Amino acid sequence: MNREREPIFSAKNMRLLLGPLNRDNPVAVQILGICSVLAVTAKLRPAFVMAVSVVAVAALASLIMSALRKTIPSRIRIIVQLVVIAFLVIIVDQILKAYVYEVSKQLSVFVGLIITNCIIMGRVEAFALGNKPWPSLLDGLGNGLGYGVILIVVGFFRELLGAGELWGRQVIPDSFYEAGYMNNGLMLLPPMALIIVGVIIWIQRSFNKDVVDK
Amino acid sequence: MSRLRKLVDRFKPHFEKGGRFGIFRSTFDAFETFLFVPNKVTTKGAHIRDAHDTKRMMSMVVLALMPALLFGFYNTGLQHYRAFGVTEATALDWTGIWMCLKFGFLKILPVIVVSYGVGLAIEFVSAQLRGHEVNEGFLVTGMLIPMILPPNVPLWIVALATAFGVIFGKEIFGGTGMNIFNPALLARAFVFFSYTSYMSGDRANVAGLMRADGVDGFSGATPLTSIADGMVEGSPTLDFNGTGVWDWIVGTHPGALGETSMIAIMMGAAILLVTGVASWRIMLSVFVGGLGMGLIFNLLFMLTGSNIYMAMPAYYHLLLGGFAFGAVFMATDPVTAAQTDTGKWIYGLAIGVMAVLIRVVNPGYPEGIMLAILFMNAMAPLVDHYVVEANVRRRRRRLIAANMAAGATNIKHAGR
Repeated sequence: MNREREPIFSAKNMRLLLGPLNRDNPVAVQILGICSVLAVTAKLRPAFVMAVSVVAVAALASLIMSALRKTIPSRIRIIVQLVVIAFLVIIVDQILKAYVYEVSKQLSVFVGLIITNCIIMGRVEAFALGNKPWPSLLDGLGNGLGYGVILIVVGFFRELLGAGELWGRQVIPDSFYEAGYMNNGLMLLPPMALIIVGVIIWIQRSFNKDVVDK
Repeated sequence: MSRLRKLVDRFKPHFEKGGRFGIFRSTFDAFETFLFVPNKVTTKGAHIRDAHDTKRMMSMVVLALMPALLFGFYNTGLQHYRAFGVTEATALDWTGIWMCLKFGFLKILPVIVVSYGVGLAIEFVSAQLRGHEVNEGFLVTGMLIPMILPPNVPLWIVALATAFGVIFGKEIFGGTGMNIFNPALLARAFVFFSYTSYMSGDRANVAGLMRADGVDGFSGATPLTSIADGMVEGSPTLDFNGTGVWDWIVGTHPGALGETSMIAIMMGAAILLVTGVASWRIMLSVFVGGLGMGLIFNLLFMLTGSNIYMAMPAYYHLLLGGFAFGAVFMATDPVTAAQTDTGKWIYGLAIGVMAVLIRVVNPGYPEGIMLAILFMNAMAPLVDHYVVEANVRRRRRRLIAANMAAGATNIKHAGR
């Protein structure tokens, strides 16, 4: 056996990491994980915390499952995946409760629901179970980031236009309000998140023509 | 006239494909067909032409809106002068009528200008981007938007709402004729959910009352807001803010520009029905649905006696708020409504039922017709689908029965 070792950051591995940010974005292209995008993006801070949590869970779940992939009988792999992901989510939940309790309360049930986030399960099932740990880690990381980027962009616009604030601080000056400007209440309601995601998809597809359905 | 023609002809080559301004082809085309009858000749296929095209259809709807618009001008002025106690203007003589009309006209004209300006600009740009011809799709929407918004809404909100309605209601679905939702109603829903303070409460519907206090004891609440407020406070009473059936028929109560006067709306309905632009099935079934739901609530009140709103005479629902305006001008939009005849009945009945249901059960939304129509807009293709499926099934059964009756030797060939 004289196989050449692949460099850690080979072009193929970088594609695993960066692809989901744009061409294979789990939200904008694969349309996965939409419900949590609608639910947790009314403010930027919870959206950011949620993004970080999903990145951590996705990356670690892919890593662990990839490491275990040869020892798991394929008939029970789904239940093993669930146990691993649930274990990671509970740890994340505990950390959030310990360090950012306020945000954890705002996110409420949606942290627990990371377990059922199809992005994580999908990547484990589709990629980690057939690949080595290092590419799997990159793949999980990339998909988590792709999801997180959308979350943060949506959260940014919803908080800015809906509440005139960013990260809980007022950024639209009082003089605007005196001149007659008003916050847009619809931005704080979930339907507007759906429309913003739609606009992101629209912009993204006008750059990547090949993703457009024929 | 021929000089103008020559001028247009001189510019034309520059705007043809490959010309210097070739990319502005559709804009040029729009202006040319606006000035002159198009000289295009059909070269193949059917040569029969009917004058009943989109342009005529849209013009008919705009014409039908005129009575409600003119009365809306008057009523906007009337409510304003009532609120500020100008007795000279509220008197029912020529001076008073003239003052009210003038005030209303000057108050609403900028809203109409902004609505048309923004909408047409978007229409031109998107036609340009797609390489389509600019069409008349926005004519009606641009007139409807000012008529369903309260008179106090600031112009920048009108502009934003129009842009939202046209882009997300129409252009992203492929432009005129492809939209799922009525763009004007979508614009209203946008304002309703985004800038609630301009849409509800007892000041929103009287011009000028958002900025300054009116005379003592004057309330600008629409009859529906008045009842909804009572429900929120926990003691619903049938208080119509001092107005009665006669006021609602004539239309001298606070409300959005076009929605108040039953007489004006019925004149519009007559124009739409005589010219065949709107479907009488939809119009009738919306009213029947509303009346039916009102009667069901009457019955419920007799059984439970809980919510006095339910005891309101059922026909009041048809006269109050935007019910009639929505039924006549919004629900009948041929693009967003159901297409099959049976489907139209189902579509209309559901709108009427839902509008009254929302009003009576949810005091957070004093007006239910907007949400009811938008909801049924989304459901219309589904309704049509099942109506068509049912028809296919019925005919297949009939075919099988006919074959069996004829003693057909080979039943396998029957049906599918």
